[in-house]
Amino acid sequence: MEILDVLVSAAFWTAVLRIATPYVLGTLGELLCERAGVLNLGIEGIMTLGAMAGWMAVYQGGGLWTGVLVAMACGALMGLLHASLTVPLGLSQHVAGIGVTLLGTSLSYFVYRLVLPQASTPPTIQPFQPLDLPGALAQTPLTYLAALLVLAVAYALYRTPVGLAVRMVGENPGAAEAQGLSVTAVRVGAVMAGSALMALAGAFLTLSAFNAFFFNMVNGRGWICIALVVFASWRPGKALLGALLFAAFDAFQLRLQQIAGGMLPYQVFLMLPYLLSILALVLVARRAAYPRALMIPYRKGER
Amino acid sequence: MRLEPRTHTPLAVRVLAPVGAVLAALALCALLVAWTGAPVLKAYGLLVEGAVGSRFALTETLTRATPLILTGLAAAVAFRARLWNIGAEGQLYMGALAAVVLGGGMLNLPFWLLIPTVLIAGALAGGLTLLGPAVLKVRFGVDEVVTTLLLNFVVLLLVSLLLEGALKDPMGMGWPQSAPVVEAAELPKLVARTRLHAGLVIALALAAVLWLIDTRTIWGYENRAVGANPRAAAFAGMPVTKVMLRTAVLSGGLAGLAGAAEVCGLKGYLTLDLSPGFGYSGIVVAMLAQLHPLGVVGGALFIAGIFVGADAMSRAVPVPNYIADVLVATSLLCMLVAGLLARYRLRRG
Repeated sequence: MEILDVLVSAAFWTAVLRIATPYVLGTLGELLCERAGVLNLGIEGIMTLGAMAGWMAVYQGGGLWTGVLVAMACGALMGLLHASLTVPLGLSQHVAGIGVTLLGTSLSYFVYRLVLPQASTPPTIQPFQPLDLPGALAQTPLTYLAALLVLAVAYALYRTPVGLAVRMVGENPGAAEAQGLSVTAVRVGAVMAGSALMALAGAFLTLSAFNAFFFNMVNGRGWICIALVVFASWRPGKALLGALLFAAFDAFQLRLQQIAGGMLPYQVFLMLPYLLSILALVLVARRAAYPRALMIPYRKGER
Repeated sequence: MRLEPRTHTPLAVRVLAPVGAVLAALALCALLVAWTGAPVLKAYGLLVEGAVGSRFALTETLTRATPLILTGLAAAVAFRARLWNIGAEGQLYMGALAAVVLGGGMLNLPFWLLIPTVLIAGALAGGLTLLGPAVLKVRFGVDEVVTTLLLNFVVLLLVSLLLEGALKDPMGMGWPQSAPVVEAAELPKLVARTRLHAGLVIALALAAVLWLIDTRTIWGYENRAVGANPRAAAFAGMPVTKVMLRTAVLSGGLAGLAGAAEVCGLKGYLTLDLSPGFGYSGIVVAMLAQLHPLGVVGGALFIAGIFVGADAMSRAVPVPNYIADVLVATSLLCMLVAGLLARYRLRRG
C-alpha cells in the first residue's frame, strides 16, 4: 500500500514537524491572548509582519537570531497596538483585530516594495539549517524552540503566579482586581507576549521553512490557528496535539496529491485543511469552554 | 480624566468623527511617506489629483467605489445585527462565479431579462455562501468570524479550480480566466468612453433602500434590536434566529451582487484577481460610516479615492502604492478611536 508507505517514512514525519511549527507557535500566541480575555484577530497580519521583518533584518546583514528578535519585537509592538485599543479603551476586539491584520499586512508589503522596488524574483537569504540528528529529529532550531515554548507556556500558565493572573483576568477580571492585580497591565502584557509568538510563527516561514518573503505567504495560517485554539480548548498541550494532527493531515494531503494527482484537481486537496478546520470547529463548538471574560472589556467599578 | 457616555450624539459629532479619523490617518501615514524620502505635500497633492483631479480620475474613483459601496453595505447590515461577516471577499467571488456561469451564454434572454437574472443569481450565490456559517452559528454556536474567514480561502480555490477546468476560456491563451459574459448581460456604461457602469446606480439605490428599511420598517427595527441586545430582543418576542439568518442572506447577497456587478459592468469575465480585497475594505467602509447605510456611500468614495489616487501617485513619486492599503488600515484604527470619542465625552476628575 502506497499510503502506508507514506505514513511510516521518516521524510513524512520530518515534514509534519516542519509544517506544524508555525501552527504551534501561532496557536500558542493566540491562546495566550485569549486566556487573558482578548481575542486577537490581528494574528494573520502579525504573522505576515514577523515573516517580513525577520527576513528583512537578515537580508540587511543581521544574523538569523537577530532576525528572530526583530520579528518578535515587531509582533510585540503590534500586540501593544491591539491591546491599547481593546483593553484600556475597550473597543471592539473583532474590528480592532481586523484593523491590526490589515495594518500588519499592508505595512509589510509597503516596506518590502520600498526596499526592493524592482524585485521580480524574490531575493533569498541563507536560512536556519536542520540540526544533524537522525530521522525526523533533523529539524531547524526554531522547531525545537517551539517545542520548548509549549512547555514554558504550559508551565507558566498553570504553575506560576503570573500564569494564574493571566487566567484570572480572562475568567473573572473583577476578582483579579480585588486581589490587587491590574487587569489592564496583565491583559496588555499577555497580548504583547502572545503577539510576539505569532510574529515568531511568521518568521519561521521566512527564516526556516523558506528562504524568501512572498506576498500572501501566510495564506490563512493565522485564521487556522484561531480555529486550533478553540479545538484545543485553550490548553497549550492540546494546542500542540492539535497543531501536530493538523500538520500530519496537511503533509498527508500533500503526499496524496502526488500519488492521486491525476484523479482530482490539486485545488481540492488545498481546500481540505480549511474545510477540516471548519469541521473541527463544528465538532467542538457545543462543549467549547471559552474563557469566561473573552471579548468582554473590563472597566473598573463597572459591573 | 475619565470617559462618560453621551446620552445623545449630535449629528455634527457623528459626521466629524470619520473626518477627524481620516485626517489623523493621513497625518500618521505622512510619516511613512516622509520616510520614503518623497516630499509629503507633493505626494498627497498627487494622490488627490489622481483621485478627483480630472473627469477621467473622477469616473475611475466612482467605478472603484461601486463594489466598495456594496461590500460596505454587506458589512454594515451584518455588523449591525452583530453577525461578524468577514467573508465578503468569498461571497463576492461566489456572486461573480454565478454571473459568469449564467451570463456566459447559457441563458438566451433579452438584456432586460438577462441582466436582472444574472445580478439576482449573483446575490443569491453570495447570500447562500454566508447562510452556511450563519446556520452553524445559530444551530451549533460555531463562531462565524473564523468560518467566514476560512471560507474565503475555500472559495478562492474553488474559483481557481473552475477557471482551470470547467469554466476555462478556450480562447484565453492558457490564462486561468473564464469566457466573457455575452453582450446582453453587460451593464450599460454611464459615461461614454469611461469604465463607469450602471452598477453604481444599483449600489446607490440599494444604500437608500436599506436606509429606508432600517428606519421605517419593522424589519429594520428588529435588526437593530437584535444587534443592540439579542437577549432582550428574544425576551420581547422577536425571532432572533430568523433575523440572524435573514441578515446573513442580505449581507452575503450584497457582497455577491458586488461580484456580479464587477463581472457584468467592468471586467466582462472572471479572473482570480477580480477583487483587490474589496471584501476586507468593505469592513473599513462600514466602520467609517458608523454602520449607517448612507454613510457607506461616503466611506466607499473616500476609500476608492485613496486607491485610485495612490496608483497615480506611485507612478510619479517613488512611494509604493501599498501606501493606500496602509492608509485604509490606519483609517480603520483611527475611526475606532474616533467612534469612541463620539459615543463618550472626556471629563476631568
